Amino acid sequence: MLKIEEITTYRNLERNRYPFCPGCSHSLVLDQLNAALVKTQLDPHNVVIVTDIGCVGMSDQYFDVNAFHGLHGRAVTYASGIKLANPDLHVIVLMGDGGTGIGGHHLLNAARRNIGITVIVFNNLNFGMTGGEHSVTTPHGASTASTRLGNLERPLDICATVAVNGASFVYRGTAFDKELPDRIVDAIQTPGFSLLDVWELCTAYYVPNNDFSKTELMQTMAMLELPSGVLQKKDYPELARAYRDQSADQRGKPILPPSFIEKKYDSALTKPTRILLAGAAGGKVKSTASALAVGGMLSGLWATQRDDYPTTVMSGYSVSEVILGRDEILFMGIEEPDILAVLTAEGLSQVPRHLSAMNESQTVYAVPELADKIETRARKIVFNWQRAAPSKKSLALTATAAMVRHANLFPLDAFREAITLGQRAEIAEENLKAVQASEGIL
Amino acid sequence: MREFIDGAEVIARGAFAAGCNFFAGYPITPATPILLRMLRELPKVNGVGIQAEDEIASIGMCIGAAMTGAKAMTATSGPGLSLYSENIGMAMMGQVPLVIVDVMRLGPATGGATTVSQGDVQFLRWGTSGGFPVIALCPSSLADCFTLTQRAFNLAERFRTPVFIATDKEMMSAQQSVDTDTFEKIEIVNRVSAPSDAEFIPFHVKKLADVPAFAPIGGEHITRFTTSMHDERGMLTKLRANVNKTSRHLWQKIEAHRDELEFTQLDAQAGAPTLIVSYGITARSMLQAARNARASGKLVSTLVVQSLWPVPERALHESFRGISRIIVPELNLGQYRLEVERIAASIDPRPKVIGVNRVDGELITPEEIEGQVL
Repeated sequence: MLKIEEITTYRNLERNRYPFCPGCSHSLVLDQLNAALVKTQLDPHNVVIVTDIGCVGMSDQYFDVNAFHGLHGRAVTYASGIKLANPDLHVIVLMGDGGTGIGGHHLLNAARRNIGITVIVFNNLNFGMTGGEHSVTTPHGASTASTRLGNLERPLDICATVAVNGASFVYRGTAFDKELPDRIVDAIQTPGFSLLDVWELCTAYYVPNNDFSKTELMQTMAMLELPSGVLQKKDYPELARAYRDQSADQRGKPILPPSFIEKKYDSALTKPTRILLAGAAGGKVKSTASALAVGGMLSGLWATQRDDYPTTVMSGYSVSEVILGRDEILFMGIEEPDILAVLTAEGLSQVPRHLSAMNESQTVYAVPELADKIETRARKIVFNWQRAAPSKKSLALTATAAMVRHANLFPLDAFREAITLGQRAEIAEENLKAVQASEGIL
Repeated sequence: MREFIDGAEVIARGAFAAGCNFFAGYPITPATPILLRMLRELPKVNGVGIQAEDEIASIGMCIGAAMTGAKAMTATSGPGLSLYSENIGMAMMGQVPLVIVDVMRLGPATGGATTVSQGDVQFLRWGTSGGFPVIALCPSSLADCFTLTQRAFNLAERFRTPVFIATDKEMMSAQQSVDTDTFEKIEIVNRVSAPSDAEFIPFHVKKLADVPAFAPIGGEHITRFTTSMHDERGMLTKLRANVNKTSRHLWQKIEAHRDELEFTQLDAQAGAPTLIVSYGITARSMLQAARNARASGKLVSTLVVQSLWPVPERALHESFRGISRIIVPELNLGQYRLEVERIAASIDPRPKVIGVNRVDGELITPEEIEGQVL
């Protein structure tokens, strides 16, 4: 049987001395992390320490596990990417209260997603590396390099923030807690998101600036009415695993399969023809334009389509441009349409530039109620609704079907096929009815 | 056989053809169609696609995933690219294979969300601190979208660096008929793996122009990644010799391989005094303008630049010989013209360089370009 040797340390033995200031709690917490890792006996190849910026950012170099040292505040994003890509890894983020502040958005989203990473906040109540400025966890009234008159801001409750947003495991304590290695083990073994808020002494700045000590550290926690110990334990599904479970039945399905459009009809079109449909959002303008292009393709033509509409849905204008031609279309813009269909007032408001650019050889098709409002040199042809005007939903289809026939773009059968391609039966039938209604209106 | 599709669809297909298996992004017009396709399709290849909380997290997640061995891509537009900036630098420093699609829209700032532009051209080059070289490819057809996306992944793997695909709103959202079965599938390149039987030194290179071998987080080797100035073991350093070596290595591993990074398409007409140089969506207007000009008896050559960065200096220089007039149409106020002018200055006699520019959210028409062809 293979004898598995016990791992006695996860420290990098070439670097046995931490670089921190005398009395800094970082060294203590890193030793407790090492003790926790020894308790887990995890394969170091499957452990990743992701460090943020600040004094704690140097920590990964003192361990003999995978290390990732990233930008300030973004450690949680790298850790999330690592865990999502390889859920077998144990990903441990070491960050300060500085990183918690600048990267708070990532922290609460990681908690909310319940991504299976462990975050240890080395919370020494100020920015140690840059000279003792206040951070998001600096207590109210505290003196720091950037709050010489006393901190007016109130501190962030990190634990409550991640707990309320769905973290699986939350612990608050200090660097001096005897139980810290066991709680780190709990956190690492939690499948979902876990966080330990570990309060520390910054002997370079916070301690001298505030006449602070281990005793005051505990008193501050009590004064702020912040509870300590294990504050949350939940059993929500972990994101990286849940993603794989959810997507299991998708594996092997065809990726972005092609949908070929085969030539079945012939078009008499000789010159590139630029067509503009100017209507209202919710009036099937875009899908009609698409059918116009596909109908052209079914008839052996090349096609392009550009759509313009407001960011809202079902309100305002909708203008679509289609170019049909015998050759591949390079320039997809339309400055001067050969055919412009004015379907609604919203559409008309978008096309004065085109109307004034058009000449006598070009055609404007218009609904009767807008015909008089259109100023152009182009030939103007008005739809003559036999009984009643089509509904808003069928107007574009009916008008375009009539134009396809009137301008002899390609056989109407190609248009009929295009409007039913890939459609549900009831939509296809509705569309065919709209085309049927186009007879005799031009 | 023909399909009726847009550039977003083709970039996604190109990404899958290249082996992409990780995508993180944040919705932004006009790049969202890429996000949606990747998120929908990635589960099919046992990959992961996620909508992150913002652009910083998007690129951050991609970088983390890439260092576990994933082939990662993200897509955004100007405002999102601005938020990517710091992480782009980190991906360069940590030598991360990564593909970033920039679907350009009118800037600055929120600008025109649904309006076409090519305003990020210099931003792509200089968009992060330090001034180190980047690679940026620029498709002007759907076939290009397929080929250059694969190439972007290959170059990202080959050089372990972020590679941009610089495209725009019209390329991504306009539907076009296209013969997709003639699209070129190119050979997949993968990052060089560190041998399993030797000691692994994460950033070790024999020569400054070499690319370090890769060991994934979670693989056979314990590995180290860092955003900070480091030695070959990935340990923080201020030692001048180490700093100098790392800096020059990051420069040379791109600059010494320019011959692998020049992609252009020259259509030279014998005796033509005029050359038009363009890229992306505007290259299509240029090609139409050249067709029209030639039909009316004018002599004109065209050069489509497919690799914007590093500037394909050899191809530009060669195409400029014997040319007296260079026209540079682009949807900004002359950003790439600066590069053309720089190279034209070394040609004797020096050709005149003329810009055709639009920043009103509309495409440059072939007529506007043809008007400059004498």
